[in-house]
Amino acid sequence: MALLEAQNVTKSFGGLTAVNNVSLTVERGSIVSVIGPNGAGKTTFFNVLTGIYKPDHGSIIFDGASIAGQRPDQITQQGIARTFQNIRLFNNMTAIENVMVGMHARLNAKMWQIIFQSPSVRTEELRARARARELLKFVGLEGRYDELAKNLPYGDQRRLEIARALATEPKLILLDEPTAGMNPQETLEATRLIQRLRDELGLTVILIEHDMRVVMTISERISVLDYGEKIAEGKPEEIRANARVVEAYLGRGAAAGH
Amino acid sequence: MSTTSLPNSPFAALNRGLPAYIALTAYVVVTSALMLTNTRTSLGTDVLFILFLLGFLLIYRAKVSNGYKLALGAVMLIGVVPYFGTLNAYYIELAIQAGIFVALALGLNVVVGFAGLLDLGYVAFFAVGAYLWGIFSTDQITQISPGASPVSPQLFYLFMALGLFVGAFFGVLLGLPVLRLRGDYLAIVTLGLGEVIRVLAVNLDRPINITNGAQGIKSIARPPLPDFLRALLPGLNDPQIYQLFIYALALLIVGITVLTVFRLKNSRIGRAWEAIREDETAAIAMGIPLVRMKLMAFAVGASFAGVMGVLFAAKQQFINPPTFDLIRSIGILAMVILGGMGSIPGVILGGVLVTLLDLQILPRIATELGALKRQGVVIPDWFDPAQYQRALFGLLLIIMMIFRPEGILPDQRRREEAHAIEDREASAKTEAGEAKMA
Repeated sequence: MALLEAQNVTKSFGGLTAVNNVSLTVERGSIVSVIGPNGAGKTTFFNVLTGIYKPDHGSIIFDGASIAGQRPDQITQQGIARTFQNIRLFNNMTAIENVMVGMHARLNAKMWQIIFQSPSVRTEELRARARARELLKFVGLEGRYDELAKNLPYGDQRRLEIARALATEPKLILLDEPTAGMNPQETLEATRLIQRLRDELGLTVILIEHDMRVVMTISERISVLDYGEKIAEGKPEEIRANARVVEAYLGRGAAAGH
Repeated sequence: MSTTSLPNSPFAALNRGLPAYIALTAYVVVTSALMLTNTRTSLGTDVLFILFLLGFLLIYRAKVSNGYKLALGAVMLIGVVPYFGTLNAYYIELAIQAGIFVALALGLNVVVGFAGLLDLGYVAFFAVGAYLWGIFSTDQITQISPGASPVSPQLFYLFMALGLFVGAFFGVLLGLPVLRLRGDYLAIVTLGLGEVIRVLAVNLDRPINITNGAQGIKSIARPPLPDFLRALLPGLNDPQIYQLFIYALALLIVGITVLTVFRLKNSRIGRAWEAIREDETAAIAMGIPLVRMKLMAFAVGASFAGVMGVLFAAKQQFINPPTFDLIRSIGILAMVILGGMGSIPGVILGGVLVTLLDLQILPRIATELGALKRQGVVIPDWFDPAQYQRALFGLLLIIMMIFRPEGILPDQRRREEAHAIEDREASAKTEAGEAKMA
């Protein structure tokens, strides 16, 4: 059974239908891209999947249970993690603390245990710290544990966001433009990191991405949104050849002259 | 004042190794001795008292072992201050007031500093605690239910615990309606809710007389003096021992409060609060239940105020609604901001500093100016220093916000980060120097 099954999801704001009747099925262990021109509704679709917006219509089944209309923290606890298009780290916290915030739902210390500093709390904290270091190492931030998030270079902030998302112990990770603003070298490294998420950690990945080289290299399936509607879905080579997609990106003339 | 100047200043040599121990101990001993030999309430004693308190700041900053810091601080708090208090009751009263407000400021710091929820109605929870003991320990209870009788003063400690829970309950109660609000809107609504509690205290004298209205509640019971204290402190009269007893209780609550907030800050709960303060949307996307964590912050913050309210009522033996007005809330907030939002040592300092300013330093300036005037120094008639206390206080806050907006003792990590580069350079220099010498 597919890990994520979104059926006929619609979300509108007043008169604007940002996401219109979109369906998306994501198989376990796959890397799937959602592409489309600016304003196509990609990020809104992510926000519906992660519970920041409630869908007006449609169903979302994740790992066999309906998550439509649940709160973001509940959805995260069930195993969907995300990063943000415009990085949203906790700027005045250190890298390791950012990651440990991500573990919140996986830690069990109760308030009275913390106040009385029970042994279980201490071991849990130590373990969490060690685990956070591992995750930072995994994304390539070894040795930068105690730096404030806001002082990290841009590319490292993107990595830290991924590490923080991993700390929630997800089954599915949603990456919103993970290579935006990166130079070719950084983009290459980010692409490798995304592949490792699947290959080494066994995660399922959905990404929104504008860099077509990245999209075509790593996605197994691609969905294309335009004006809130899904206009195409398929393998990279199918999408590349799809007339409607070319039209959405380049305009009718370009598609006709092709 | 800034840490960056420390490594290069002539005092740097004093703050390392054995000289640090000697200098620190000498400072504490000298200021203590001077203070204990000048007990008449006067400008001189005030200055000595403040110099003595500065010792705590030096202890905090000194590079000596934590055990020694703790021991020295304990000697000052448990030995010198109470002894000085027996010589001059005014100063122990000052210490008690400072203790009460430090605990309140630490509680508010959980809400404002940790979770970033600007609360302008915090004193309401203090009022709830105070009225809890005020109503149940006096005849006021018979006004509510004629058959009831005041609880025994022995139950004071139980009511302190009750104050904790009642405070937390009201924290959640007043937190619920403001959950969706942020920033300015939150501040305004909490301000309103805080006033609601005060106005309720004024008006709940009819139809059933619960709070005795504007007249307040008189002759509130005090916890009985433990007998062992009398045996322990022969030669002191009962009021003196009682002052020390209240001081000890306040100190105990402050100690428990410090320990609690420190542990919470460095836990998953503290991190969740900080994350909410930094970015709510990101926090909730990381699996943090927003509503629960916010209510928890309100409850924890309010519970400290509830406990202190019970103690305050017993200490004052009289409470009335104006004690719990908006200015009080703003004063507590000023302690948090002045000291350094989110920073536990900073907030303690802020609490002590504002209390001293309010009760000691500014009145002292007023008295001294008045004395000068009587001696013939020309001070214009329109300038009555007593009237300008608040203005001076405001001016001080403005100066602080211009030159040190992060507070006097900001959160350690934040300060370190601000000065990390300079410190690194400085330590590299000293290391190079030491290598050369070797």
